[in-house]
Order: sequence, then C-alpha cells, then structure tokens
Amino acid sequence: MTLTIPLPAPVPPTDAVPVLSVRDLRISFPSEAGTVAAVRGVSFDLLPGRTLCIVGESGSGKSATAMGIMGLLPPTADLRGKVLLGGQDLIGLDDRALSKIRGNSIGMVFQDPLSALTPIFSVGRLLSDALRVHQDLTKRAAWEQAVQLLDLVGIPDPRGRAAAFPHEFSGGMRQRVVIAMAIANRPSVLVADEPTTALDVTVQAQILDVLRLAQQETGAGLVLITHDLGVVAGHADDVAVMYAGRFVEHAGVEELFRRPTMPYTARLLAAVPTVDSGARRPLVPIGGEPPALAGLPDGCPFAPRCAVALDACRSDEPELRHVTGHGHVACLRAAEIADGSLDPTGDAACVGRPTPSRRAEAGEVVLRVEDLVKTFPVTKGALLKRRIGTLHAVNRVGFELRAGETLGLVGESGSGKTTTLLEILRLRRPEGGRIEISGTDVATVASGARARELRQDVQIVMQDPLGALDPRMPVFHLLAEPLRAIGRDRESIRARVHELLTLVGLDDSVADRFPAALSGGQRQRIGIARALATEPKLLALDEPLSALDVSVQAGVINLLARLKRELGLAYLVVAHDLAVIRYISDRIAVMYLGHIVETGDTEAIFSDPKHPYTRALLSAIPIPDPERERTRERVVLEGEQPNAARMPAGCVFVDRCPLYRLADEELRHRCRTEPPVPTSVAGHPGHRYACHGV
Amino acid sequence: MTTDAPARPTAEQTPEAAATARKYSNLGLGRLYLRRFQRNRLGVVGVVIFVLLVLFAAFGGRFTSYAYTDADFTALTQPPSSLHWFGTNQGGNDIYACAVHGLQRSLVIAVSVSALTIVLAAIIGTGAAYFGGRVERVTLAVIHFLLIVPSFLILALVSHRLAGDWRVLIIVLTVFGWMSTARVIWSVSTSLRERDYVKAAEFMGVGPLRIIFRHIIPNLGSLLIVNLTLGVVATVLSETALSFLGFGVQTPDVSLGTMLADGASTVTSAPWLFAFPAGLVVLLTVSMTFIGDGLRDALDPTSVTGSAGGRR
Repeated sequence: MTLTIPLPAPVPPTDAVPVLSVRDLRISFPSEAGTVAAVRGVSFDLLPGRTLCIVGESGSGKSATAMGIMGLLPPTADLRGKVLLGGQDLIGLDDRALSKIRGNSIGMVFQDPLSALTPIFSVGRLLSDALRVHQDLTKRAAWEQAVQLLDLVGIPDPRGRAAAFPHEFSGGMRQRVVIAMAIANRPSVLVADEPTTALDVTVQAQILDVLRLAQQETGAGLVLITHDLGVVAGHADDVAVMYAGRFVEHAGVEELFRRPTMPYTARLLAAVPTVDSGARRPLVPIGGEPPALAGLPDGCPFAPRCAVALDACRSDEPELRHVTGHGHVACLRAAEIADGSLDPTGDAACVGRPTPSRRAEAGEVVLRVEDLVKTFPVTKGALLKRRIGTLHAVNRVGFELRAGETLGLVGESGSGKTTTLLEILRLRRPEGGRIEISGTDVATVASGARARELRQDVQIVMQDPLGALDPRMPVFHLLAEPLRAIGRDRESIRARVHELLTLVGLDDSVADRFPAALSGGQRQRIGIARALATEPKLLALDEPLSALDVSVQAGVINLLARLKRELGLAYLVVAHDLAVIRYISDRIAVMYLGHIVETGDTEAIFSDPKHPYTRALLSAIPIPDPERERTRERVVLEGEQPNAARMPAGCVFVDRCPLYRLADEELRHRCRTEPPVPTSVAGHPGHRYACHGV
Repeated sequence: MTTDAPARPTAEQTPEAAATARKYSNLGLGRLYLRRFQRNRLGVVGVVIFVLLVLFAAFGGRFTSYAYTDADFTALTQPPSSLHWFGTNQGGNDIYACAVHGLQRSLVIAVSVSALTIVLAAIIGTGAAYFGGRVERVTLAVIHFLLIVPSFLILALVSHRLAGDWRVLIIVLTVFGWMSTARVIWSVSTSLRERDYVKAAEFMGVGPLRIIFRHIIPNLGSLLIVNLTLGVVATVLSETALSFLGFGVQTPDVSLGTMLADGASTVTSAPWLFAFPAGLVVLLTVSMTFIGDGLRDALDPTSVTGSAGGRR
C-alpha cells in the first residue's frame, strides 16, 4: 500500500495551560578537567498537543536536559532549577516519588529500543506490567489493554504478537512497542530522545508517524530530541536550538527555518546537505569545533566560530531575548539579522568552495566487480552446529569504478553494502564472481609481495573514527603504521606524516596527541590521512560521516571532494544517508537484500528514480524545510527489509513493493517467480534498474 | 617496540598551537591515571608500605652487624633485645638479619614469577584469541588440562627433587601459574580482535605479530598491570606455602616461608620467631592488594571510586 500522506501543518499555539514548565534548569557533572556544565539555564513551556524539538550537536546538552526532566541522571550530577509538571516540582523528589510520575505522567521513548525492553518478558507482559504499576487493573484487563495499545502503534496481529519476546521483533517494531509503553498510561508529556537514530530511513518515517499518532491519541505534549534538522522541519511546532548547554534560539518552526536568526542556526542549516530537488549549493562548514563544557570562557560560546561576532560577543554572554516576529534568540545582533540587514553567515559563504566539478574525464578502471557472491551459513545449536540455511548477503553484484570517480552504495542496514565493501578489501578470491583491482584479478594474487602491492592500492576509512584509531597510540604512530607495513624507512615516514597532516588540513602539533584528545572531525581527518598514507588508488569509505556532527560533516565532505580532485582517487562510498551520497557521488548503486536494484548517475537517479524502492528511499528522507517537507508527496514503505536467509524466488522487493500491490495478476505472478533483469533507461545507457513493473 | 620519538613540533609552531598542545598533554594519560590513583587513599598507603618493605629488604642489613648465617651461641632463643632487635632462634641466628634476607628472597621470587607469568600469559592468551581457529582450540585445551591438574602437588614434588634452588623455584612457579591469567586474557582479547582498529590494521597490511604486540597487548595494559600486582600476592603466598611445607627454599637459604615453618612449632614459647616473618608477609600481601585495587580503579574508565565525583 502506498501511503501518500502529507505531514500535518504545525498546531497553532493556544492559550492552554502548559503541561510541562522548565525553569532555569542547570545540570553539571564533575570530571577530571573540572566541573562540566552540561546544561546552563534552560527554560521552556510545553503546551498540550504541541511538539517541541530540541536540536543540537553531541555534547550540546540536549540529552542531559531530557534526562534531567525525567530524573534519570546519574547520582553524581548536580541538578538545579525547576521542572514543573502540572504544578508539581520534580526536582528534589526522591526516586520513589519520581517512579510514580515516570511512566504515568511522563512517557519516555529512548534511542535504543532493544535495551529499553526487558528481554525476559513478553511484550504483552511488559505492557501490562507498565499499566498495572500505575493503574488498578486485573491481569486480564491489562492484557486486553496491552493488545489494544499494540494495535494502535501498528503491530500486525497484536493479539498473537503480544506473547512474543522483544528479540523476536525487528528494530522498528521494537520501537513501536516502546512507544506503546510510553503512552500506556496516557501521559501528559512524552519525551523522545533520538527515537529514530538507530533505525533505517524508511523505518524512521514510519516511527515518526506512529509517534505523532500516539501524541494525537493522548493529547500529550512531546519533547522530541534530535540532531536531524529534516525531522525537525517535518514534526516540530516549536524548535529550540541548543549550543553549549543553552538554548540559543527558540522559535516556531516556520519562523526558524524561514529566517534563522542566531548565526549558529543559520550556519547549521547552510552546512547540512539536503536531498531535495533544489540546485546543488556549496556546503559551508562551520569552522572550529563545539567548545568543551569544562571551563567555558566568558562571552558567547559560539563567538569563536561566528562570522559576524563583535568584540562585545567575547566579553558577555547574551541572554535569550525576544525578537519581534521571531521568537527568542540569544545573540547581540539578532535584531539586525532578523530584519535582514545582516547576513549571519558573514562572508563565509563566499569563501565556500564552488560546487565540486562534476565527473572529470573518466580515468582508467580502478575496480571492476563482476557477479560478486557472499553467503553466510545459518547455524543452529550450541554444541553441534547444524547448518539450517544460507544467508545471501551479496548476490551477483557487479559494478565498475574509474579513477577520479565516486560510486555510492546506498541501502538500508542489512542490504549487503558493507559486506560488499569488506569482500573487496579482503583481497582474496571471492566466493563467487570476480574482483579486479587496477586490472589484476585478486584471485590470481598469491605471493606476499604482490598482495602487499595490491594492498597499497586499496585503503579504507571506517565509520567510527574513535573505534578505528587505536586509543593507545599517538597520531604520529597511527599515521606511520601503514607506512611501516610497506617497509618505508624512518626518515621518509616522518616526512610523509607531515605531508599527510597538511593534506587533511591539520597542524603538526596533533602528531603527539592521542585520539581521545582530538575532536570528532579531527579524528575522521586522521582516519582519512591514514588511509591516504600509502597513496592508494581506491579509497573505500564505510559510512564516513555518520558518526560526525552536522557542523563538522560539511568540512569533511569538502575535504573528500578536494582530495579526489587533487589526487585523482576513486571512492567507493557506503552510506545510508542519501543527502550525503548525493553530494559526494558521481554514480549511485541502490542495494536491497544483496542485490543492486538500480544504478546510474547521481543526478539521473535523484531526478528520475525508476525502481519503486529507490523512490521510497528518496521520499523517506526528511528535508530541512518545513514548507516543502510538509507538503511534498511521500511514499511510506510498509514493513522492514526481510531476512536475507529466506530469499524470495522472484523479485527481492516483492513483499514491500507498492507497485506489486497495485499490479494485475499476471504481473504479480512474474514478480513472484521471475527475478527481474536489469534494463537500461532509454537515452541513459548508464542508468539501469531491475523491475518488472515500471 | 620502536623507540623513535613522535614528530616533535618544530620552531615554526605558533604560540597558540603550543598552548593547546600543552593543554592536552596536561591531561595526558599517564598523568590522568596518576591523579586518579592518588585519589585512592588505600592505594597510596599500599605504595608507601611496599616502598618501605623494598627499602627494608635492600638496606635493612646495614643496621645490624649480624648476617643471617651467623650463629650467636651466647644467645639461643632470646626474645627481642637491644642486641638482637627481633630476637634469635634456636640456632642463635639473628631474626632481624634473617627477616631482611628472607624478605629479599621472597620479593625477588614473587616479582619475577609474577612478571614472567604475565608475559607468558599475555602472549599465549592474545595469540590464541587473535589467530582463532585451530590454534585457539588447541591452546584452550592445554590451558584447561593444566587447570584441572593438581598443580600444587606436582609443584611440591618437582621443586623438592630439584633441591630447592630458588631460581628453579621461579621457573616451576611460572610454568604452573600462567594458565588462569592466560584464560582471562584470552577472553578479553576475543572482543579486542573484533575492534575496528584491529580490522583497520589488517586492511593496512600490518602483520599478525605486530597487531598482537602493537594493538592488542597495549590495550590490555590495565588488566596486565592489575594482574601483575595481584600475581605478586599469589606468588608470595604459594612460595611461603611451599617453603613452609619444606618443598621451597632449602636451608641454609632463608625465605619468609622457611622462617614461618621454623617459627610455627614454637609459636607459644617463642612467639617472635613466628610474628616477625608473619607480619612481613601480611604487610607485603596487603600492600600489593591495595596497589592492585587502586590501579584497577584508576585504569578502569567506568570505575566510580577513581573519578572525581566518586568520593563525596
């Protein structure tokens, strides 16, 4: 079923009494570097039925605010201010009194749905327990209500599934259960802390809809904490932007996106890549890094990164003040920015590099993959492992990559994109098919010396830069390691490390620091520098940006574009974020369940997606613009990607395909039984898709 | 291990960069651990006791004119006096001199056994975990087999046969002491094997031995150090136990264990013969336990007692 529901317009403010009032909330934690002021004076009112989105980067204090409201901070935290829930101050209540309120008047939705559910109880038991803690119900009545709640959040066959355990549900279904628990006792306030960060985009769209439905059903006020400006644009009524533990801008969603008035907000919006059809604009990274919260200097914490900062900004921290027609902004120059006489991005926008040049002349083929197959055995039993099935992780995948070109592999988790990448990097004979690097078939490479040469040509940048850098090694040694592995001498290593640091825009002084002492963006730059050490021809990037904050992402995207231009590298990028992929890729291959379902030039795919899965994927990505986000047509896919152990005989997408549902009997039969063969789009020889129905 | 120093920032470095560099090295790992350790009062007490014991073992002999082999036939089984500070035993040996020498002997045995055990266990445990497959299965089988063998009995027999040379004792205690530590190191290493930085090193073409020594073992550092200190306690106890039973250090050499064995029979009539070596054993084990606990808290980032907010 294709759901094309426009998102509702923002709820207009009413004169209702706020369900939650936070006044001057301050939270600090002790640390080795001194007291960390995580939240420094946050105040807001939440009206019933409205959604307040709190956006910010990691470390801005948004999660600490949520935990503070719910009284779930660790005992070492120092909590001050007032959290008024229906007139009652929650701060200073003991744990027993808070427990009565949590789950009853405040419902919570956490980021990780698996750890939020007790694994040893069935979901029906969990839900009815949640009901019986706060209400006087018989077991049977509670179970009935639990089934109703599961039905409400869209669990198919709720009566049967109520007896199932959390691990038997998929990620999206678990999050639905968590939402059902959160609304079980009809709370007046819902707090959702990054509820969709752990989920795929198509599932994210479903969950956000369920959350909205749950909110309508209970009439609760929702505090939605997120780092995704697209989610904010689609779902918020009010937006609060947090920076260094304070609200720096607090306004209605339309005002905020129409004219962001705090320079930080404006710069953040300019730094986010978007997937929408508008012209490709250059990304303007915010220079510098978010400040450390221990020992903040005087003045506006954003001043060091701000393009329009005055001297006064560096001496006094501005208060959150009302700006006519806009909401509240903590900036000395808010009035100028609001009336349009000052561009908050300053001249930074002009400095921003023009669009990365499209597709230079196609170089030699660096990587050729043909019919790559990778399967994993599915085993059962602890002692004698019996093979009960085969998981087809990668199924006859083929593509070509030339020097100076970027190929983006996109798809949801479990689509086999990372497996494909790792199979290529292993440099061994694949289970099926061929892998050719710079014209050499990896299966023919047996000798150590030849393998080492090939190894130099292919390097990887990993997703989590902190995990990929050995915490016990200083930067110099991290960068020297690949050079030592290929047998460079000490002097040339030293020179090359200096060169690499310059190449990725870092100072030599980071060389003797440990990864833990670097910021997220610096770490990823080190990860890239390390991959470049051996002068590879092909760089595999496994979700290179997903662990980075938005303000830092833009800088790394620009770095990758520059390196490609200067060094003529070929990139093989794996990512789930299509907006990012659009910015860095020349070509895209969309993967579903181990198959490439559509491939072609980036612009061709974005402007004219053929395969129904590609279309759904594109429309599931939220756009950071409330007007477009709420009015555009959306294709919401039902369900989630099935298990790759039970591969359908025909088209792999048949279970979720919106076209299949509308198709006639003859086409349905073909979809079920006959795997579709990739066909080219007329006039676009490189654009191929595999579907019977289009 | 390589010895070359990381690229030092050179003269063209700006003052701001130097300032930030200094700011970070102020919170360098070593200093951070030291600060966290210092917050643990018992750990500091342990260090003080241990240092005093080492000084006593090293220089305590200078304050007496007796050697541990000297027999003063004018003073047999005398209680502590100004002449013999810790008294004398049945043969007229000065207990103070014996205690100094015995402590020396026990310390040397304990520290070297413990260090050797850790090195052996680290190499075997990480190697089994990293290589996996058949290497892992065979190593674990050997470890499990050695763990169920009554090693103390074998230890007693072997060390007795080898005539109680203290160097042989070190080897024997090491050979039968590494298994449980290796098992622990193996289980921790299996998770390290899956870390991204280990994978990254593999993709860079770094060899397996280098990965083990540069990436896996350094990241077990805290576990190894804690096991080293606690291993000293275990070794002191097993060495004293062996010597007490007559299987360890043999006369005329003296260790804390042999002194305890000699003193035990006369503990009611001449308590000083037992009390002084017993006191030293207690001090040594207690100090090492305190140090081990303190190190564990200081090196474990999740520990509450070491962190700033823990002690309120």
